[in-house]
Amino acid sequence: MLSFTPSDYSAILLSIRVAVVATLLSLPFGFTVAYLMTYRRFRGRVALDVIVNLPLTLPPVVVGYLLLLLVGQHGFIGKMILQPLGINLIFTWKAAVVATAVVGFPLMVRSIRIGMETIDVRLIQASRTLGAGWLDTIITVIVPLSVRGLIAGSVLMFARGLGEFGATIIVAGNIPGVTQTIPLAIYEYVSSPGGDVMALSLCFVSVTISVLVLLLHEWLGRRMVRSD
Amino acid sequence: MELIVKIQKQLGTFFLDADFTIKGDQVGVFGPSGSGKSTLVSLIAGLRHPDRGLIGIDGETLFDSSRRLLVPPEHRRIGMVFQRPHLFPHLSVRSNLLYGYKRCDPQHRKITLDTLVEVMQIGPLLDRGVRHLSGGEKQRVAIGRAVLSNPRLLLMDEPLSAVDDNLKFQIISYLKNTCEIFKIPYLFISHALLEMRIMTNRVLTVEDGRVTGQVTAEDLARERMKDATGYTNLLRLTAPRRINNLYAYHWGDQELFVSGGSSLAETLFEVSSTDIILFKRHPEAISARNLLKGTVVDIFNTGTRIGVELKCGDGRLIAEIVKEAVDELELSKGVEIYAAIKAVAFRHLG
Repeated sequence: MLSFTPSDYSAILLSIRVAVVATLLSLPFGFTVAYLMTYRRFRGRVALDVIVNLPLTLPPVVVGYLLLLLVGQHGFIGKMILQPLGINLIFTWKAAVVATAVVGFPLMVRSIRIGMETIDVRLIQASRTLGAGWLDTIITVIVPLSVRGLIAGSVLMFARGLGEFGATIIVAGNIPGVTQTIPLAIYEYVSSPGGDVMALSLCFVSVTISVLVLLLHEWLGRRMVRSD
Repeated sequence: MELIVKIQKQLGTFFLDADFTIKGDQVGVFGPSGSGKSTLVSLIAGLRHPDRGLIGIDGETLFDSSRRLLVPPEHRRIGMVFQRPHLFPHLSVRSNLLYGYKRCDPQHRKITLDTLVEVMQIGPLLDRGVRHLSGGEKQRVAIGRAVLSNPRLLLMDEPLSAVDDNLKFQIISYLKNTCEIFKIPYLFISHALLEMRIMTNRVLTVEDGRVTGQVTAEDLARERMKDATGYTNLLRLTAPRRINNLYAYHWGDQELFVSGGSSLAETLFEVSSTDIILFKRHPEAISARNLLKGTVVDIFNTGTRIGVELKCGDGRLIAEIVKEAVDELELSKGVEIYAAIKAVAFRHLG
């Protein structure tokens, strides 16, 4: 029988919370970026593509370190925006959210784009000639038709968020009960003597959550599409 | 409807330069593939922007580069029917139909869902999704959706090109009737002459990105006789009666016998100009089932042959014969002759 300590439970809950918040926060941005990349031709499109996809190719530790430099007390965003607002991100669970969002963002954008690219441009043209403005077209045609991509992107990002380690440990630290997520807790168990069983138990929890999320994805994917 | 177009657009190596003013409610745009018909239509609809020029409809300017005026497509009230139906797959038939209607200014809402459903006979489809409709049903819903947005002009970009031949003429009569009943002017784009003749009165001819002229569909058909394809007589026959293996139809005040008829009250048939045989006098007994008395109203050269236009009662027929036959029959305008058509020469269109 699995027996978890209170800090293990908080690590499990925190992992889920961080992944959910990061996913929900990223959705509108992910959709916007995917929309811009799919339908708009503008200067700097390639630059945007590179920036969005950079976290996919960089080691998460590098992303974490760059984030630390950016949102830390002496960083550009930290000093100019967060400090005047009285927000301190570093070593809080919010920092873990930011790290997870940045690392998972390219996966989300890619999934949404794949969904959007399957939409026939003629459908968008039809909606425009039927009197719908561009925002109306986005809401009533593009969003419903990219719902599979939105679900896939969210699931992928959530799953990636559950496993986020490198960037999180740098910007949020590994504080039990505060910023310690499942991977961080496993890391701590593995690196301390006699923690193997507990590490394995948390691995089991991790696998269970992932499987449940993937099943949910399948189920939603089937349900969201009109089949008649 | 009066449409003024004076625009230029560069698309890669293709250059569109359209300059015309056209009045009429059933206007065709005719030209070969790649001549710029679809580009012209998307510029009028506002889906693409011209490089420079002016577009106006019924006194309202939709695009004017000198005034930097550009009305977006959603405010043009120009509906569109595409080559394929392009129905919204996530919506029911009803929601598809109402998509444009809901977005139409209430003061322009003259056609309602109920009247449209009645005219187009799509009642049973309303609450179904669109994925499992047949090709013909889909295109009907697409036409209904565009009509219900109460447009001041309907653009139809080869709406029949993706439809099976046997459905084509059903849909064409649908299109025409619906637009006539609801008084919607339209621009019908096609490279098929027969469709042009059924759908339109005035035709804009387009070649290599230029509008080269305005003619009637009938003139266009006669002009094309030079291409050795002959002329297709279109006959709308009504009130069929079955007599043994044949159908007897009314064609105006005449009666015609057709072998491949049906019980539909009204049917469009085609008869090739080369399938009509002319006689100087009544031949007494012939195997062809139709013998019509007519007056020659026009004789014209089609290049290799001679076209003879006959007035038979209320209807008109064009027969094509060789020069020698004209001399032998002593044909000239006003002469009365007999035209024989076999019952099998009628091809059913829909």
